Amino acid sequence: MLRGTLVLAAAIGTVAMATPAMAQGEQYVPSLVYRTGPYAPNGIPFANGVIDYWNMINERDGGINGVKLAPEECETGYATDKGVECYERMKSKGATGAAYFSPLSTGITFALTEKVTGDKIPLLTMGYGRSESRNGAVFPYNFVAIGSYWTAADVAIQHIAKEWGGLDKLKGKKISLVYHDSPYGKEPISALEARAKLHGFEFKAIPVTHPGVEQKSQWLAIRQDRPDFVLLWGWGVMNPTAIKEAAGVGFPRDKMMGVWWAGAEPDVIPAGDQSTGYKSLMLQHGAGKFLVHADMEKHLIAKGKAQGKPDDISHVLYNRGLINSMLGVEAIRTAQKKFGNKPLTGEQVRWGFENLNITAARIKELGFEGMVAPIKLSCNDHQGADQARVQQWDGKAWKVISDYYTADQKILAPMVADAAAKYAAEKKITPRDCSKES
Amino acid sequence: MFYREAGQFKTSYTADMAIFPIRQDRIALWLLLAFAFVGIPVLAKFHVWPFGSEYLLRAILVPFLILSLAAIGLNILTGYCGQLSLGSGAFMAVGAYSAYKFGTGVEILFLKIPPLPMLPSILLGGLMAAIVGIVFGIPSLRIKGLYLAVATLAAQFFFDWVFARIRWFTNYTPSGSVNAPQLEFFGLFFNSPIERYILCLLFVVVFAFLAKNLVRGNLGRQWMAIRDMDIAAELIGIRPLYAKLSAFAISSFIIGVAGALWAFVYLGSWEPLAFNIDRSFQILFMVIIGGLGSILGSFLGAAFILVLPILLDQVPHALGIPISVETVSLLVFIVTGALICWLLIVEPHGFARLWLTAKEKLRLWPFPY
Repeated sequence: MLRGTLVLAAAIGTVAMATPAMAQGEQYVPSLVYRTGPYAPNGIPFANGVIDYWNMINERDGGINGVKLAPEECETGYATDKGVECYERMKSKGATGAAYFSPLSTGITFALTEKVTGDKIPLLTMGYGRSESRNGAVFPYNFVAIGSYWTAADVAIQHIAKEWGGLDKLKGKKISLVYHDSPYGKEPISALEARAKLHGFEFKAIPVTHPGVEQKSQWLAIRQDRPDFVLLWGWGVMNPTAIKEAAGVGFPRDKMMGVWWAGAEPDVIPAGDQSTGYKSLMLQHGAGKFLVHADMEKHLIAKGKAQGKPDDISHVLYNRGLINSMLGVEAIRTAQKKFGNKPLTGEQVRWGFENLNITAARIKELGFEGMVAPIKLSCNDHQGADQARVQQWDGKAWKVISDYYTADQKILAPMVADAAAKYAAEKKITPRDCSKES
Repeated sequence: MFYREAGQFKTSYTADMAIFPIRQDRIALWLLLAFAFVGIPVLAKFHVWPFGSEYLLRAILVPFLILSLAAIGLNILTGYCGQLSLGSGAFMAVGAYSAYKFGTGVEILFLKIPPLPMLPSILLGGLMAAIVGIVFGIPSLRIKGLYLAVATLAAQFFFDWVFARIRWFTNYTPSGSVNAPQLEFFGLFFNSPIERYILCLLFVVVFAFLAKNLVRGNLGRQWMAIRDMDIAAELIGIRPLYAKLSAFAISSFIIGVAGALWAFVYLGSWEPLAFNIDRSFQILFMVIIGGLGSILGSFLGAAFILVLPILLDQVPHALGIPISVETVSLLVFIVTGALICWLLIVEPHGFARLWLTAKEKLRLWPFPY
């Protein structure tokens, strides 16, 4: 017994400590994924999109300007402490350390926000994370590109108002938010409360405990309360459960709208026909194949190198993974213009993010036309875009049912400034002077 | 042979009652402490593999030390006093959130406490956890065993709810996630990995010595008497109220301090999910695997439950085996689970007993009989 234990311990110790040599001259790109656990149905397609785009860049272009990408995944299971461990494990690997991180978890984003500034590694949180991290003067390493939860909340109210015939029609109505009881679900509340005060509708927030498979009491409360509209801020298994429970209490699905993290195929397909009519926000893009997918098929799927299955590569979250990697790759490309075509450090990639400017022409070149609108980041603005659309599930596919809405900066900008100032005071950060940044 | 005690004569009662009566143990302990306090920082300073990497310090040693501290806390309650508790996560949360409140300033009605320095905040966090521990320990006077475990489970769910819902505890942050204040002790900032490691090490060493001394003193003997047979203990004059509640208080105090360290030093920013029921189970498993009623066992158990999965996770990649991360993480579950079963079958008393057996064998080696 004793001898066995000792031998085993020694064997594991030696093996785990022997780290393989990374090839020099490659840009190390880590990916925090969750392919197991209650959030895996949503985590897998996103992770596939992220890594497939990197591999496609390697296959098609031989890397970014000749610098090959060296991707590696680490399983977090959506757990914050595991995410922090993965981050520590990966941050200094490769020739120059990690280029950037995208944890796809608001909890991990909050924990890493503390660390990335010290380690000088950018954190790309596309459509999630801290809404106030839009303020690049206080959050130099956070990039909540394309949209934050406050953008989403604002656009959601705009769409509801449009359905009802104008913002003045909101007065006296009841809008409830069913949310995942975590920083992720709580983020939109302050933006929704601001809108409720402005337009005089009654807002109620109803929490659902992680992981969200038990929602009976919440939906019974909704049946009693009869809100005019329900917003859903769920993730993973919570979303189809909410749709099923809504059907169970007879709440009309077309009066339900999810955030863009509650608007993909794994959210509606498990609920079957009950999902028909359910709406969700779009982080600009939706499902479907675009020009970039032709390259994915030609360079990866045809060679059998893709992580995503051929049928799944048009899905919403896979597409989001592609966009996430596209932003990262373009940031590295931008940074290479200043620092040269070689593997870059996180600090240099951060410069690339901050000076990222993807024009309409560039989007067309990249094959993302129709998926994203032009985006330009700067020191002051780490979000770069305020737009979102709405889609509806018709039982088989997502259909886009609206034009682009633009979130109202008159409401959101002061909120961002306030929250960022509070964070700066709490952490004793002196905000950068953005006029002096180059 | 290695552990020959022959020739170690004790000439005073103090020597006979020392914490570590065997000279080899004392030497080993001093060597270990010297290595932990001097060796690791020096090796890290000169970037000697593997101590030069931040990963070992920040992602393995710091959480290992903090969870060892929590395991010591639970071991006092469960291992020494025999009261099964599933509320460790809640007590950690109480410690973390109280320390956060004291560190950022408390305002209740007329009572205004300005933001306190870091050390008093953490210790007051532990104190609040101790008070909560006493309250939730009261049922232990009437109910025992699994029923008590269920009663402490109530603490777990209650505090999950409290810290998620009552926004006062999180200083009304919109997301419900809070940020630790700066780690400042007596004007010194603990920011680099090695400084954070030393900080945790100081806490752990101080509390481990306190615990080790407590359990061999009057109080510890009372706890063990209660654990072994509470009726008999009562008959020989031990007050169950005092013994049980003191165990709850001291155990919760240590767990609360561990919670504050986990939040402030390891996570830096946290939400109630960091202290959910999984954390309670994790600490309980550390105590059971490490060995009930052993301070050393708390460390061994923490190493097994926390560090082993992390190492296993990296084995296939280090060997260059191309399997996907999901397979690896499932394999880690399977292997860790199988190892726990195997260990509990061949050695139900955990690693601490394994160590005792090893010591016994080393004494007789090379002539076992």
